[in-house]
Amino acid sequence: MQVLESGIGELIQPFDLDEFREWNRTKKTRKLVDKRMTEQEAIRQFVYDGCYIGTELYGTVRCPMSLAREVVRQGRKNLRVCGQGVLELDLWLAAGIIKKLDITYIGLEVYGTTAALRRAVESGQVETCVEWSNGSISWRMKAAAMGVPFLPTRSMLGTDMLKYSAAKVVEDPFTGTKVALLPALVLDVALIHVHRADKHGNCQIEGISGFALEMSRACKRLIISAEEIIPTEEIRKYPDRTVIPYYLVDAVVHAPYGSYPGEMAYMYGRDEPGIKEWVEMSKTAEGAKEYLDKYVYGLKNHAEYLKLIGDERLQQAVELREKRE
Amino acid sequence: MTEQTYSKTELMICVAARLFEDGTTCFIGTGIPMLAAMLASKTTAPNLVPVFEFGGTGAILEELPRAVGEARTFHKGISALGICDTMETAQRGFIDYGFLGGAQIDPYGNLNSVTIGEHDHPKVRLPGSGGGNDVGSHCWQTIAIMQHDARRFVPKVDFLTTPGFLTGPGARVAAGLPPGTGPIAVVSTLALMDYHPESCRMRLKSLHPGVTVEEVVANTGFELVIPDKVGANAPPSAEELRLLRDEIDPEKLYI
Repeated sequence: MQVLESGIGELIQPFDLDEFREWNRTKKTRKLVDKRMTEQEAIRQFVYDGCYIGTELYGTVRCPMSLAREVVRQGRKNLRVCGQGVLELDLWLAAGIIKKLDITYIGLEVYGTTAALRRAVESGQVETCVEWSNGSISWRMKAAAMGVPFLPTRSMLGTDMLKYSAAKVVEDPFTGTKVALLPALVLDVALIHVHRADKHGNCQIEGISGFALEMSRACKRLIISAEEIIPTEEIRKYPDRTVIPYYLVDAVVHAPYGSYPGEMAYMYGRDEPGIKEWVEMSKTAEGAKEYLDKYVYGLKNHAEYLKLIGDERLQQAVELREKRE
Repeated sequence: MTEQTYSKTELMICVAARLFEDGTTCFIGTGIPMLAAMLASKTTAPNLVPVFEFGGTGAILEELPRAVGEARTFHKGISALGICDTMETAQRGFIDYGFLGGAQIDPYGNLNSVTIGEHDHPKVRLPGSGGGNDVGSHCWQTIAIMQHDARRFVPKVDFLTTPGFLTGPGARVAAGLPPGTGPIAVVSTLALMDYHPESCRMRLKSLHPGVTVEEVVANTGFELVIPDKVGANAPPSAEELRLLRDEIDPEKLYI
């Protein structure tokens, strides 16, 4: 199969599928063991300087915000990061802990471009941005989840996206048309926030699943934070609801309001003033630092964070939840 | 009807909303496209099936989504699945329209949302493609919604993020993109544009009230095809404005 065009972007997370198989054989227990731990323990044990890490879904929707803040608090650095983000990756950019990006979208959605991203990229603090579309990055994880080296797609063809990615264009040997090949993406660590998990890591998600299924199957280490820890009997009563089975999971962290100030479908809505506070403060480096001091460095853990936010605001977020009616 | 005052953004949203065809599937991007889709679903396209990239399909748009994964994107919806499903649905030809925004657009409808200036040393780092590139690659027809000025309507985009007609006639298929796909319209703060069927270059179609051809030309950074007959877009109706102001964006996030 002849390569017609190669993206000049760096493959910032090279992969070895045989090694991934071996990892899954030897480093992931099949036993139903209790994987519950605190966010400090989970981040300390599995997130390391220079690792390739991703978060799901994104900063204002079912996002592992409590874990993302803990990564900053523990001073992890030189991270290689994939994907799209709003508040979570913005915090990491502002904290200066991202070295390389497989970027799809980092922005503030309704509030536009992010000043933290601009500062980090325009100053050269982030060494490289390799471009992917949202579909492409998800399919890269899907390839890894399937255990195959690449997936073909018709995304990115003919554009600068292809040029500044690490994809390749080939002639499809079956039809003779051009397709882009997306390399598999095996993350070192993934952080995913879910509605419910048991102590072994069997997870249930309500609402859209984003790319949780793909990412959870495309990583070496998976830290789950969950709004609720439920008994395994509940999992076994509704096996059709398990979207992430326990053997993919390395740590289970109980994190009520773990996505706050973002939302959690059917549990709590987003706290608009809470989101706007970051939007405003992150406009300057000083403001962003002040925010990090107040909400990350100045607090010991997620419990202290929730205390600072206060029951009243959390209750307001609950009132704003999407309701099944 | 008495004379109403309205903003350029309100007018742009109304003109865009009228383009939605009832009973079609439509990929909706963040921002103005969401307002236009909501207005359409409350007026001329009650059976519109909005598709949001992270998995929400067929929502009843009662409140404005502020994020493409927000629960409002699957409120009373048909399905809440994941991004691979929505993107694959587009890739196999099930999505009729894609509504997109961008920082720059060129005569062939190519959009930029990655960088202003050189990619590796950008003057401005923009958020990135997100689902934009996928939408522009796979949807049957795409419509762009843009503020109209010469900094945005440029001869060549700094970074080609989302494919329009690429370099012109035949270029999409030559690049491997699905035949029969491509941009069909641009709604701006000044006018509605389409594309010349042979040259694939952007063409003025109809003007917003009070806007002249000269004004459009002066605010476009490339040579726009000007047809012999230029149409006129109707101003927002009282009902469109009421819906926009009272029901769709009462918090004035966009309008």
